[in-house]
Amino acid sequence: MTDRAFAVVRAGALTTVQDSGRYGHAHLGVPRSGALDLPALRLVNRLVGNPAGAAALETTLDGCAVRPRCPVVVAVTGAPCAVSVDGRPVAWGAAVRVPAGAVLDIGPAVRGVRAYVAFGGGIAVEPVLGSRSTDLLSGLGPAPLRDGEVIPLGPSTGRPGPVDWTPVPAPPAELVLRIRLGPRDGWFTAAALRTLVTRVYRVSSASNRIGLRTEGPPLERAVRDELPSEGVVTGAVQVPPDGRPVVFLSDHPTTGGYPVAAVVMERDLPAAAQAAPGTPVRFVPSAPRAARPGQFSAVLTRHGRTSGGRGQGAVP
Amino acid sequence: MRTLPVGDRALLVELADGEETAALHAELLRRRAEGTLPPVGEIVPAARTVLLDGLDDPAGFAAGLAGWEIAPARAGVTNTVELPVRYDGPDLAEVAALWGVREEEVVRIHSTAEFRVAFCGFAPGFGYLTGLGERYAVPRRATPRTAVPAGSVALAGPYTGVYPRASPGGWQLIGTTDGVLWDPARTPAALLTPGARVRFTPVNEHTKSDADNEGTAR
Repeated sequence: MTDRAFAVVRAGALTTVQDSGRYGHAHLGVPRSGALDLPALRLVNRLVGNPAGAAALETTLDGCAVRPRCPVVVAVTGAPCAVSVDGRPVAWGAAVRVPAGAVLDIGPAVRGVRAYVAFGGGIAVEPVLGSRSTDLLSGLGPAPLRDGEVIPLGPSTGRPGPVDWTPVPAPPAELVLRIRLGPRDGWFTAAALRTLVTRVYRVSSASNRIGLRTEGPPLERAVRDELPSEGVVTGAVQVPPDGRPVVFLSDHPTTGGYPVAAVVMERDLPAAAQAAPGTPVRFVPSAPRAARPGQFSAVLTRHGRTSGGRGQGAVP
Repeated sequence: MRTLPVGDRALLVELADGEETAALHAELLRRRAEGTLPPVGEIVPAARTVLLDGLDDPAGFAAGLAGWEIAPARAGVTNTVELPVRYDGPDLAEVAALWGVREEEVVRIHSTAEFRVAFCGFAPGFGYLTGLGERYAVPRRATPRTAVPAGSVALAGPYTGVYPRASPGGWQLIGTTDGVLWDPARTPAALLTPGARVRFTPVNEHTKSDADNEGTAR
């Protein structure tokens, strides 16, 4: 009972191992993956004295319960929730010592969607392409947690967390996503782009780590051609044939054949990770970052051209 | 060539065709290797675009790009991957009908063509290979299969692809290879990386040996 590991007592609806992600392999079709709420991951690691990008657990809505086989310092951030050790309530958002054999229970999210659970020493599953993250799109990294499974922990750093507690913004009642139009805003009618930035959407229950799906007024295409597959970034607002925008999150495909009308600012994506189904979503235009005069602003106004590509965007 | 801003940190460079795209991609890799490219997180080629993600100054990069001289991508510069194939796919007859040739002729055409990995996507290690040309383009199957076996060699549009692992799929299956398309323990993990040249060599089911079935890079 003293090895560096924990047993999964209650896996929860969907609990995965996540770190800061799998960078640099998009050209091979490998999604970035990693924690959807990166600031919450960095904070929870700081609380237990880990490097900011160490692997932790990401829960989905209903939490999880684990039984460490060694004494370990843990912390929980992200979605606010009840935390207990052997049934005794302990602090959320602070370092907590859990004795070997005790049950650490992370309750359902009171607000938000995803809680992050860090362990001193970090989760030590075998990295794949430099990351321990579970990638639900392509199946890289460890499978989602299962009841009874044993997950290894890294060596204890022995360092106490540099902070005891810290205020965290509560998940907002309304999700405001600042966007920059493009690269394929020219594929939509002017009315559709107006709809995108003026009407209220809602987070669909079909949302997942791949994308935040929305319900709301469909966006009408001005260009009906099929878009040849092209590279897609995290935060891309892709519009599938049903016209409802999808915001690409960590496990999104690296190339796609549906036009991307806009891109959500990176700093707004953590809030998207915490927006529960039904949450109102507003897409708000954001001013370009210190655009240089000349060439680039010229480029910004030249997006109306249609593509002549034929039927090449279909996935296998 | 034109550049499209993608959020705050990325740039999509759109080109006239696959050849220009390959040339720009090769130039980007050359400049990165020699250390003259500004830091960039991801370089993702696709059908007619190259995405540069994780740039500090996309606008400045776009401005500089306009002055680049880009040589055409040269054949034979990169390695050639040989993939032994048993041309036994369930859609071989269908493809023969679409092409208006006999099945043996499908095998001859496919195994004598020189392919290039235009880009990857769909799944880790799935390459979109060009080389057959538009006149051999075929539609995807009307109803995708729920399970396509790993190693299936398949056609759709102008592309050939090989399924790295079992997955749903709608491409026309013409054969099977035992080559290991994806192995995270290998560097690079993908056998078929963008820009690589690829040839498919027919193998006879009855005479195959283990050595024949390895995907080999040379």
